[in-house]
Amino acid sequence: MTLFPIINFLLALVSAPLLLGVINKTKALFAGRRGQPVLQAYSDLWKLLHKGAVYSRTTTWVFRAGPVVGLACVLVAAALTPFGGAPALMGFSGDLLLLVYLFGVMRFFTVLAALDTGSAFEGMGASREVQFSALAEPAFLLGLAAVAHVTGSFSLSTMFPALDATDWSQAGPALLLVAAALFIVFLAENSRIPVDDPDTHLELTMIHEVMVLDHGGPDFAFILYGAALKLWVLGALLSGILLPVRTGFGVIDSAIAWAALVALAAAVGVVESSMARLRLLRVPRLLVGAVLLSGLAFVLLLR
Amino acid sequence: MFLIVASLAVFSVAALFAVLPAHRPVWCVRAGIFGACVGAAAGLLAAVQGLFGGSIESMRIPWSIPGGELHLGMDPLSAFFLLPITGLGLLGAVYGAGYQRGGDAKKLGVGWFHYNVLLASMVTVVTARNAILFLIAWEVMALSSFFLVTHEHDKPQVRAAGWIYLVATHLGTAFLLALFVILGEKAGSYEFSAFAKAGASLSPGLAVAAFAFTLIGFGTKAGFLPLHVWLPEAHPAAPSHVSALMSGVMIKTGIYGLIRLLACLGAPPAWWGWCLLAVGLLSGVMGVLLALSQRDIKRLLAYCSVENIGVISLGLGVGYLGLSRGSTTMAALGFAGALLHVLNHAIFKGLLFLGAGSVLHGTGTGDMDLLGGLYKRMPWTGTTFLIGAASICGLPPLNGFVSEFLIYFGAFSGVVSTSSAAVVSGLVVITGLALIGGIASATFAKAFGGIFLGEPRSDQALHAHEANGLMRWPMVALAACCVLIGFLAPLAVRAVLPAVGMIVPVSSDALDAGIAPAMEPLGWITAGCAAFAALVALLALLRLRLLSGRTVGETGTWDCGYARPTARMQYTASSFGQPLMAVFAGLLGTGGTGTAPRGIFPAKASHTSETPDPFRSRFYDPLFLRTLGLLALFRGAQHGRVQMYVLYVALTLIAFLIFSLG
Repeated sequence: MTLFPIINFLLALVSAPLLLGVINKTKALFAGRRGQPVLQAYSDLWKLLHKGAVYSRTTTWVFRAGPVVGLACVLVAAALTPFGGAPALMGFSGDLLLLVYLFGVMRFFTVLAALDTGSAFEGMGASREVQFSALAEPAFLLGLAAVAHVTGSFSLSTMFPALDATDWSQAGPALLLVAAALFIVFLAENSRIPVDDPDTHLELTMIHEVMVLDHGGPDFAFILYGAALKLWVLGALLSGILLPVRTGFGVIDSAIAWAALVALAAAVGVVESSMARLRLLRVPRLLVGAVLLSGLAFVLLLR
Repeated sequence: MFLIVASLAVFSVAALFAVLPAHRPVWCVRAGIFGACVGAAAGLLAAVQGLFGGSIESMRIPWSIPGGELHLGMDPLSAFFLLPITGLGLLGAVYGAGYQRGGDAKKLGVGWFHYNVLLASMVTVVTARNAILFLIAWEVMALSSFFLVTHEHDKPQVRAAGWIYLVATHLGTAFLLALFVILGEKAGSYEFSAFAKAGASLSPGLAVAAFAFTLIGFGTKAGFLPLHVWLPEAHPAAPSHVSALMSGVMIKTGIYGLIRLLACLGAPPAWWGWCLLAVGLLSGVMGVLLALSQRDIKRLLAYCSVENIGVISLGLGVGYLGLSRGSTTMAALGFAGALLHVLNHAIFKGLLFLGAGSVLHGTGTGDMDLLGGLYKRMPWTGTTFLIGAASICGLPPLNGFVSEFLIYFGAFSGVVSTSSAAVVSGLVVITGLALIGGIASATFAKAFGGIFLGEPRSDQALHAHEANGLMRWPMVALAACCVLIGFLAPLAVRAVLPAVGMIVPVSSDALDAGIAPAMEPLGWITAGCAAFAALVALLALLRLRLLSGRTVGETGTWDCGYARPTARMQYTASSFGQPLMAVFAGLLGTGGTGTAPRGIFPAKASHTSETPDPFRSRFYDPLFLRTLGLLALFRGAQHGRVQMYVLYVALTLIAFLIFSLG
């Protein structure tokens, strides 16, 4: 039993890039293409890790520190994330704050690395990133607070294993609202449509992609892997709320959670194939909407 | 007590030495600086002794002023506030010595006179146990800081800033005077200990008035919104080491006064907590939004102080709500978070103001849109500024995270409780802190990115020079404190607890039990931060290992095929902040002037945007203009003829005589 946190952590490390492949495959399917292999992200990482690098003369160590700090943040965050009904490697009251703030550190350094290049494009992306995340953060924390209220604890490792079908029967509508809010946060934080477009090569419309325009080689591999792991962490939290299946067998629970994450990735692919990116001016409204959904969940819980 | 008296004596002697008419005024200035350092060091020792020694001392000397007594006391709460005052006072003096090196010694001497007086008055404010002595020290503090703000009084905008500050601080003091009269009448004495007995028996109406006067009187000094308007004017106008002292610690005397006097007003009802939460939310969110909108680095930092005072107020709100609910955990967490944030804010705001001073010193401008690329020219200032910026955003593993974590923790313990009021108060705090944190990150990414990263946007930035040694070390020391408190979170909280014990009226065992739920998580946070630091080191090594032996080239920034990018094409700090400001445009009222490009071949175009303080432009300016118009009616009585003034005095006296006889 005590091995599950370690196994789940290793599972996250190994299969996080797979989620990117699932999203891309789904999108290809919708577009009627054969698409990249599901394991393409692994090949990309392998290729990038074997490359040299080119740095801009404008940059300082801040630019080089960005990917390193970002990956370290998301690795610690993964160690705080419970999975499949088992607690996380590290769990304590208030760990959700450390998780949210570690993503804050990651963002701060990504933004500074982008500003370090002195490029107008990267400045533009960084500016949008801080705009959207300032609104996504309250939605994220409020959503987690609602789950905390339902389960009576504010440690991720107690909250998520404690969620089960009875919570859904008692507080179903509220949990559904929270899940909707967290889905919006999940899309925004992972730079997916309708907030950001990970595929476009038109810099003026990109946010995350444009911030890392100048990175290459191992640095870019760190960024890519960090992004995949962040998708895993936020996805694990979201699917942990949506599908809290408890069979009593750790292996089966983990397998179900894993399948749920793959399904979530496929759902992201469906969203990306079926709708366009929102106009940048509309995105704040969507995020404020997410804050309100979480707030509404509390109104239902407190009534 | 000996150390406190010694430090006050050293400050007084040093102040006199600084303005001594000597042949070599440089030596007088040096004596002033040296005295400030020695006095502050003695005070620092006293603070450490008071905080950890655990004894409560006092010293009383009779005084001829009616109701007054030279009554100084030391308890953990005073000691806790003394810590940043003396610590930052010491570092500020060292920095100031480097910052003003080579200036006009006569003028500097006057500056160091006021610096010493300011330090002495702040020490007296937090140790005074008699309301009259407190008020006199409070007034001396206001006046000495006024003279420090107007140090460069040859500039009209500095004189205007000083004037606004003088009016604001005296309006605040007027409310304190009223408060002390209410309490003094009831108690029959002006001792704080007598106030504490009298405060609980005030009639309900008077109790509400007393709370309101405390909040307004001390809130003006602390910079609660909407009483903050003096802050963004006065702090940038002062020399940078004084700005650091004013923004880092002087405004905290307002928080000290609030806590000390609220403790005299009896058991806290729940609405105090709600009031402080509302004030904290308003100050925090509006403060950080206004900070984001500034172009001048020191104005940005001043508004950011309003934000942090808001965060402190949120913590106090959680604390007083906890007290009123009888929840020691919530109270201990709220107050511990608020007090630790007082110390943390003194550290990182002091650091950032010193950093801003180095930028001003090295380039001659604080306009972020004209700076850029300073990191390569000023690596010491840049690195320490980065640490300060990350701390003030509350990012782990630095100190800002620890205090915000405690306040969040208090709020979450409300959210998981069964009482609806506690849940709602927790939600207010969580939403507020999350929003404030997000916008603060944007603000400081803008400040650090705009000033230190990219390419220089002007000649001043291109020819910047690094701060000298005396300026460098105080910044390094403060940055080290940010890292240390971040990594030693459990110890820092233990150090705050004695001061919390002065506010939460329970035994120290009960207090320990109250804070216990947060102690284990704090240990985990330290572990998590250590893991994070180790991972950063490992990944950095891995990266070096991967790149060794491979080609690592250098080139210009990739600008999507554009061949000749210039520094002017960079995103400026203002354009960086604009999208987020646009979301809150309704609150900010940012205005712009300029000419848009017109036609197929546009001629010159320009754009300047400005965010005036909405409270000043929409509320205070009209109010004071109206008052001025009203007072103009009395102008006829002001004519400068002395005999007429004597007549006014005589008439007033006769009126009083008739009143008292009749």
